[in-house]
Amino acid sequence: MTEQLDPRSEQITRRIRDSIERDDLPLSDDRSRMRYVMNNLVLHIHPSKVARPTLQFTYTWGLGGLAILLFTILVVSGVMLMFVYTPSPETAYNDMLALQTDVQFGQLVRNLHHWSGNLLVVVAFLHLLRVFFTGGFHPPREFNWVLGVLLLLLVVGANFTGYLLPWDQLAYWAVTVGSSLLTYIPLIGEGLSNLILGGPEVGAATLTNFYGLHIAIIPLAMMMLISFHIWRVRKDTLTIPRGADEPPADRVEKVTTIPHLVRIELVFALVMIALILLWASWVNAPLEAAANPDHSPNPAKAAWYFMGLQELLLHFHPFFAAIIIPGLGLTGLMMLPYLRFDQLTEGIWFRSSKGRRMALVGALTGLLVTPGLVILDEYFVDLPALLPSLPTLISNGWVPLAGLLLLLVIFYALTKRLFRATQDEARLSLFTLLVTAFIVLTIIGVAFRGEGMALMWPWEALA
Amino acid sequence: MSAQTEQPTQNLSRRDFLNVAWAATGALALAGTGAMTLSFLAPRVVEGKFGGIFTVGAVADFPPGSVTPFNEGRFYLVRLADGGFLALYRKCTHLGCAVPWDPAEGKFICPCHASAFENDGEVINAPAPRPLDRFPVSITDGILSVDTGEVIMRDHPSADEVVYEVS
Repeated sequence: MTEQLDPRSEQITRRIRDSIERDDLPLSDDRSRMRYVMNNLVLHIHPSKVARPTLQFTYTWGLGGLAILLFTILVVSGVMLMFVYTPSPETAYNDMLALQTDVQFGQLVRNLHHWSGNLLVVVAFLHLLRVFFTGGFHPPREFNWVLGVLLLLLVVGANFTGYLLPWDQLAYWAVTVGSSLLTYIPLIGEGLSNLILGGPEVGAATLTNFYGLHIAIIPLAMMMLISFHIWRVRKDTLTIPRGADEPPADRVEKVTTIPHLVRIELVFALVMIALILLWASWVNAPLEAAANPDHSPNPAKAAWYFMGLQELLLHFHPFFAAIIIPGLGLTGLMMLPYLRFDQLTEGIWFRSSKGRRMALVGALTGLLVTPGLVILDEYFVDLPALLPSLPTLISNGWVPLAGLLLLLVIFYALTKRLFRATQDEARLSLFTLLVTAFIVLTIIGVAFRGEGMALMWPWEALA
Repeated sequence: MSAQTEQPTQNLSRRDFLNVAWAATGALALAGTGAMTLSFLAPRVVEGKFGGIFTVGAVADFPPGSVTPFNEGRFYLVRLADGGFLALYRKCTHLGCAVPWDPAEGKFICPCHASAFENDGEVINAPAPRPLDRFPVSITDGILSVDTGEVIMRDHPSADEVVYEVS
C-alpha cells in the first residue's frame, strides 16, 4: 500500500496556506523557481526563464515596466482623489482648494497623480523610440507596435480629459483650445465636438463627460490593451540585443526569471517610486484662478504635449495643422512595421554602425532646420500675402505642405547619396528628423511663445 | 454533371442562410445599441441658460455704433451706425477663445492668436478662418430678443442679416 497523504491530517493553518499558495517557500532550486513563476498570478506575465542579454538595463531602459508602474500609481492615487472631488462647475475648484489645504496629504496625492500622469506621456513616448531604434517592431512583433501606438493615444487621451478636472483657468482654456481642433474635421467635426463637450462650449456637461472618460472608459480600455500588449511580449519574447553588424546569436544563455529579472524589476520600481515621491513632495501641481468662461488668458495654451500641434497652427491653415499633418504622422507611425525591410535588425541599436551616424544626421538637421523654418515663416515669408488670389486653404495649406514634403524627399535622397546609406538607414534618419522636429516644435510652443503667441525668449515667455 | 449545368447558380444552403441571418440580426442590434447610446449622450438644452432665448432690452437702450456684451448668453449685441442690430457669438472662430471687444481700437481682438474682427464680425486679421458666428435677433414691440440656440456660421457678413426696427 502506497502512502496516501490525507490533507485532513495536517494542521488547519497549513491547509489554508497551501490552498492559497501551492508552492513551498523559500524556493530552493531553479526547478521550483521556474514553477513558481508559472503558478503565480502576477509573475506569470513573465516566462519562467529569460535570455540573459535582455537583462542589460541599457538595452530596454526599463521603460515598459516604468510605464506599468506609473499606470499603477495613477490608478491608486486617482481612486483616492475620487473620494474628495465632485465633477461639477460649482464644486470642482473648491474641492481642489480643499484638497490642498484641508485634506491630509491631499496636496501630495494630487502631486503624485499629476506628475505621474505627465511622466507617463514622456515614458510611453521614450518607450516607442527605444523600440523603434532597436528594431523591436520587426516580424513577428508588428501588431504589438500598433497596440503600443494605440496605448500612447489612450495615455494622451487620459491626460487630456484629466486636464479639465481642476476647473481652473489653465484647464478651461487648454481644453477649449484643444477641443476646437476637432471642429476642423470636415463634415463631422462640429458634431463630434458638440458630442464630446456636451454642447457648443466647455461647460458643466463637458466636465461630466470628461470625468466619465477619465475615471472609467479610458482606464478600462488601457487595462485591456496593456494586458494584450504584455501578453504579446510574453508570446514573442524580448528581442536579443547584439552589436552593430553582428548576426543573431545561435544560442543565448537563459537564466531563471527568479531572481534575475524580478530582482532588477523590484529594485528599479523602488528607486523610481522614491524619485517620484521626492519630486511630488517638493514640486506642486499647478492650480490657477478658478475657470472664467468670460476671460481667455493671454496666451491661451493647450496642454504641453499638444503644443507641437498648436505651434503648427501658427504656420498652417487649421485643417492642415490639426487634421492632415497629425493624421499623416499617425498613419505613418501605425504602418511603419508593415514597410518592407531589406533585413531584420532587431536587437541592434540604430540598425548598424552607419545607422548610428545617420540618426545623428537626422537629429541635427531637425534641430537646425525646424527653428529656421519657424523663424522664416514668422518674420520673412507670408504665403497668403504672396499668393493673394488663392484661398488660404491652398496658400497656407497645400503649398507649404508640398514644400515640406519636397524637402523631406530631398533629405531622404541626399542621405542615400552622400552617406551611401541603405534604405533602412535612410528611413531611420528621416524618422529621427521628424521626431526631433516634433520635439523642437513642442519646446518652441511651450517655452518660446508668450503674449499673443509671439516668439520670445523663455525668460520673457514664462515670466 | 448535368444537374450542375441545369442549375448554374448554387442555391443558398439553409445553414448559410441562417448564418447570414444571425450575423445581420447581430449587426442590426449593434447599430441600434450604437444609435441609442449616441442619442443618450447627445447634448441637452437647459432653459434660461446659454442655448435658450434671451430678452435683452429695448431698442432705445442701445445707441447706434455700440457693442454691448451679454456674458450669460455668450454674445455681443451690436448696433451698427445705421441703427441695425446683430448678435455676435463671442467664441473665436479660430480656436474657441472668448473674444473681447476693444473700444479704443473699435474692433474685436482675440487674446489667443491675435485674430481681429470688425464690429459686424468680419475678419480683419487671420488666423480666424471665418467671421464671428451670429445668433438670430428679433424685435417685438421695441423689445429685442436673441435666440442662442441657433449658431449661424457665415463666410462673409451680408446686409440682410442685420435686423432693423420696423416703425
